[in-house]
Amino acid sequence: MKVLVAVKRVIDYNVKVRVKADNSDVDLTNVKMAMNPFCEIAVEEAVRLKEKGVATEIVVVSIGPKVAQEQIRTALALGADRGILIETDEKLESLSVAKALKAVVEKEQPQLVILGKQSIDNDNNQTGQMLGALTGMPQGTFASEVAVDGDKVNVTREIDGGLRTVGLTLPAIVTTDLRLNEPRYASLPNIMKAKRKPLEVVSPADLGVEIKSTQTLVKVEPPAQRSAGIKVGSVDELVEKLKTEAKVL
Amino acid sequence: MGILVVAEHDNATLKGATLNTIAAAKAIGGDIDVLVAGQGCQAAADAAAKAEGVSKVILIDDAAYAQQLGEQMGDLVAELGKGYSHILAAATTTGKDFLPRTAALLDVNMISEIVKVESADTFARPIYAGNAIATVQSSDAIKVITVRATGFDPVAAEGGSASIENGSAVADKGISSFVGEELAKSDRPELTAADIIISGGRGMQNGDNFEMLYKLADKIGAGVGASRAAVDAGFVPNDMQVGQTGKIVAPNLYVAVGISGAIQHLAGMKDSKVIVAINKDEEAPIFQVADYGLVADLFEAIPELDSKL
Repeated sequence: MKVLVAVKRVIDYNVKVRVKADNSDVDLTNVKMAMNPFCEIAVEEAVRLKEKGVATEIVVVSIGPKVAQEQIRTALALGADRGILIETDEKLESLSVAKALKAVVEKEQPQLVILGKQSIDNDNNQTGQMLGALTGMPQGTFASEVAVDGDKVNVTREIDGGLRTVGLTLPAIVTTDLRLNEPRYASLPNIMKAKRKPLEVVSPADLGVEIKSTQTLVKVEPPAQRSAGIKVGSVDELVEKLKTEAKVL
Repeated sequence: MGILVVAEHDNATLKGATLNTIAAAKAIGGDIDVLVAGQGCQAAADAAAKAEGVSKVILIDDAAYAQQLGEQMGDLVAELGKGYSHILAAATTTGKDFLPRTAALLDVNMISEIVKVESADTFARPIYAGNAIATVQSSDAIKVITVRATGFDPVAAEGGSASIENGSAVADKGISSFVGEELAKSDRPELTAADIIISGGRGMQNGDNFEMLYKLADKIGAGVGASRAAVDAGFVPNDMQVGQTGKIVAPNLYVAVGISGAIQHLAGMKDSKVIVAINKDEEAPIFQVADYGLVADLFEAIPELDSKL
């Protein structure tokens, strides 16, 4: 079966985020960008499905500026077969992204669509579920295990109270949580090979999708800082402080 | 117009996060209706009717909502929500699962995990794992929002007397089903509702050593949490994870034991009123946010703390 994986270019997770002095946004000038970590897990899961003989082709799609080709190449180096970039410099909100992905789903007809549960920039956790609603597909969100069985897939989900398994009729959506797998690193020969894999660039208009924004970023501020308190010398002193000073025991 | 709050419940009981979500609805202003969709969920609906500030409870008791699957809930809330100006749910794994489906079906964007209401169309929410707070204004006709419980003090659970109305289910497309669940069984307080939380990290070394924390927690009525490192290492199950991708908590007292203090962990607990850190590495970043830091070997400090409380 064909698997579609959506990936996003975001700030590298090791970079310390700084808010711009005019509070208009986060400062992304000259910072290192990378594939969203949850998307790496999505790519890895697709590659493992292919290695198990469940998936036959992995198509990786991203939406964003021209440079997002880098993240698609990374996915190709990890084992995806071909890429699609929906190129746009417009500001993207989840609904527009889901509509663009829906157009790709209609064209490619994958049996499984795997996405990260959220991106580490906006932390929205929306796109996979929105794509599910728009395409009428069921969803296994926050997945820690994915088991394809014929025309069904069982997805074990990490929920607040523990784990829950749902059975979904294919085609279906899966969004990845942290413990689904541990992504591999791309080897140098595979990075070289990825350069020759097909990467198609389309515009939202080519897909018949209009990118619309309904949210205005009014301001972005650093969070309230907590300052370090005091070091206590012993357990006795700690208990004393908690009882008489903080009054929480 | 008015605001529709989707209740967080397990059929038998109304979850505390619903009261925080109602508080966010009150801050927006307008009549507040609460939807309780489940199976055998009359008790949860009765509890919702008693919550402060609720005008009406819509009860939909139907097998289709027994497990509140995202597909069914998304469809139902989109259908019911059409007549409202705002649709709110708690930012739990249930709310996060179904509400984006609702938004897409209503052809609107969604605003995730708000921590503050600035006005009826403007909300503050953390981005970049809490390293920045964005204020966002929405021009959508219906505002679809998940609410982070720690941002809002809960409304009173008692005192209200809302009417309860029966609503009807929408067609089930039959594309998803509930297979099974492994829920943590514990008599300790739930992390998101606990007054005191003791969390263990990689420094605990193994799952057996968490017994020390359980024993101490039971003595002082605390919940027990863990860092991602401890969960990834298999010491404890995922439902104990506190942090950006786990549970976001803000108890009166948070005791971090053998936790270094990665930014993703801090994002889940830095709104706690008092933070205590016990770690043998005095350079650990957790000490930069702790009100009281104790540089000590946790295997000596925890038993001593246990004996002195």
